[in-house]
Parts: sequence; structure tokens; C-alpha cells
Amino acid sequence: MTNAAVHMEERLHAPAHGAVGTEAVHAEGQQHPIKLYLVVWGWLFVLSTFSYLVDYFGLHGYLRWSLILLFMMLKAGLIVAVFMHMAWERLALTYAILLPPVVVFVFVAIMALESEYTRFLRVLFFATPS
Amino acid sequence: MAETVLTNPGQSPARLEGWRGIAADWASDQRAFKNVSWGKAMMWIFLLSDTFIFSCFLLSYMTARMSTTVPWPNPSEVFALDIGGNHMPLILIAIMTFVLISSSGTMAMAVNFGYRRDRVRTAILMLVTAAFGATFVGMQAFEWTKLIMEGVRPWGNPWGAPQFGASFFMITGFHGTHVTFGVIFLIAIARKVFRGDFDVERRGFFTSRRGNYEIVEITGLYWHFVDLVWVFIFAFFYLW
Repeated sequence: MTNAAVHMEERLHAPAHGAVGTEAVHAEGQQHPIKLYLVVWGWLFVLSTFSYLVDYFGLHGYLRWSLILLFMMLKAGLIVAVFMHMAWERLALTYAILLPPVVVFVFVAIMALESEYTRFLRVLFFATPS
Repeated sequence: MAETVLTNPGQSPARLEGWRGIAADWASDQRAFKNVSWGKAMMWIFLLSDTFIFSCFLLSYMTARMSTTVPWPNPSEVFALDIGGNHMPLILIAIMTFVLISSSGTMAMAVNFGYRRDRVRTAILMLVTAAFGATFVGMQAFEWTKLIMEGVRPWGNPWGAPQFGASFFMITGFHGTHVTFGVIFLIAIARKVFRGDFDVERRGFFTSRRGNYEIVEITGLYWHFVDLVWVFIFAFFYLW
């Protein structure tokens, strides 16, 4: 560790009284207005209600699936961006964390093809399709 | 390594933004995550690995459901409850969803008050979050009991495709375990916050290092992730 880093660590771990002032409080960590959290919280409730209503009203087919996916992605986006503060992180971290899961879609495609094939074989040899 | 405080202009030179910033951060021959402490970076990397675990569970469920020739049990009916004479489809799962979202909100508030160094409010909000989490696990235990009484097993169930039980117990069980560990994590950190460990820079029991209020945000990351996973389970397993 360089001298500068050691110095920085000492400075950061200085006793608490140094950080109680308004300026230091604002300088520290992820500070955002409480109103923002309350608004996002409210939206999460609304979106969850919408998801539930999709089932309650018994929508089906492509309308059901697209609405489920839409509400799911909106909720996930709000949680990651605001509650987990990803919207304010540097892009080096954002991309390191959010890009790898995208590769899962390749896996989804492979397994979708595979299960179609399995189903085809089962229908052919074992059962009548549902 | 301590966190770097970006906002002190005397300490840190201006950093590049956008793609140039990504290239500069990663190619700096130093730490890649410039303004993120090791604790937070490690929690994010752990959550990334956990994402893959839950992805694999949901994928195996997708594969089982897509490849079976037997009808899949209708989750809307399986998880319905009769409340006061009304037949409510999926109502228990909806309530569990709201409980978990409420806990995410209180957790976000706790992080906010933590950075304001409001010791008591932070600890109380974390304990409220833990209480919501425990409620969620309790409702899950009720749900499991109900389904097991109705004859759902990992190898079969009365309503259709036998893989339903295996997928259900594996996915919700693993998620419930995560919630349980989250509750323990929350209570442990809330105790430290309430005791004032991060105000007096008390050294940690295991690490002998001085902690700070960032641990509240790190705990929050884990907790929000648990909620995030539930969003996907709710969509794919219960609603689909």
C-alpha cells in the first residue's frame, strides 16, 4: 500500500466527530433525498398490484406473458437502479455486474431448444400431447 | 482498502466518464472500482454469482415445464385461499410480495439514515426490515405446510406434472433460506449500529478492523437482491 493510500485510510477512519458536520455528512456515501425512495416504493406497490391483477382477471396468452414480463422488468429496474444505487455507480462497476447476467439469455435459448426437442420425443414415443 | 471519498476535491483528480471512463478505470493498473470499497464490490460480485444460481434454478424449472407432456398445475388455483368465504386466487403470494416490498422500502430508509449517522433510526428500521423478512418466511412455512398436507411432494402432486413439486420446493426453499440468512445478517448489523460501533470506530470481532456506516448499505444490497429474486420467482413461477 502506498503512503498516499495509508494516509487516506487514516483520514477516513478519523474519529466520528470529524464527520458529524453537515458538509461531511453530505460528502459521505450514497446520499439521496428520502422522497425519491418513497416514490420508488410507491411505484413498486403499484406495479406489484398490476402483476397480481393480471392473474386476478385471468388474462391469458401473449397479453398475460407480455404484461408479466413488463411489470417484472420495471420492478427489477427500479430496485437495482434506485434501491441498490446502481444508477449512481461508475460505469466500470455497472457494466461489470449487469452485463454478465445477459449471457444467461444464451442459456435460456439453448434450454428452450432442448426442451422442445425432449417434448417432441416424448410425444412421439410415450404420450399424447396435452 | 478504505473507500475513496470522491467528493473531497483535494484528494481525487477528476475521473473520466462514459466508455473512456470504463477503459481508464479497468486499465489503470490499480483497483478497477474507483469509488467503491472492497466490501461493497465483493457484495456485488457475490450477488452476481447468486444471480447465476437462481438463473439456473429458474432455467431448470423452465426446461421441466416446457418439456413435459402432462399439464402443469395451475398456480393461480394451487395457491388460492378461502378468506371469509371468498375464493381469492394467489392471494397468499400477493401478500408475501407486498411484505417483501415493504421490507425493501424500510431497508432503503435504513441505508439513508445510516449515512446521516442517525444511529437509532437506522437500527430500528433495520429491525423492522428483519421483522418483515421473518413474516415472509413464516408465511412461506404456512404455504409449504398447506401444500405438503395437500399431497405435494418433490416427485409428484395431485394436479399434474410431477416436476411441479421439485421446482417449487427447490426454488422457494432456496429463496426462503436467503431471506432467513438476510434476517440474521440484518439483526447482527442492527445490533452493531445500535451499540454505536460505527460512531466510535469500534474494531470488529472477527476482522479487528474499524467499520463504518457503509455496512448498512452493503446489508441493504443483499436484502434488495433477495427482493429482486422474488420479483422473478413471482413472475415466472407463480404468475406464468
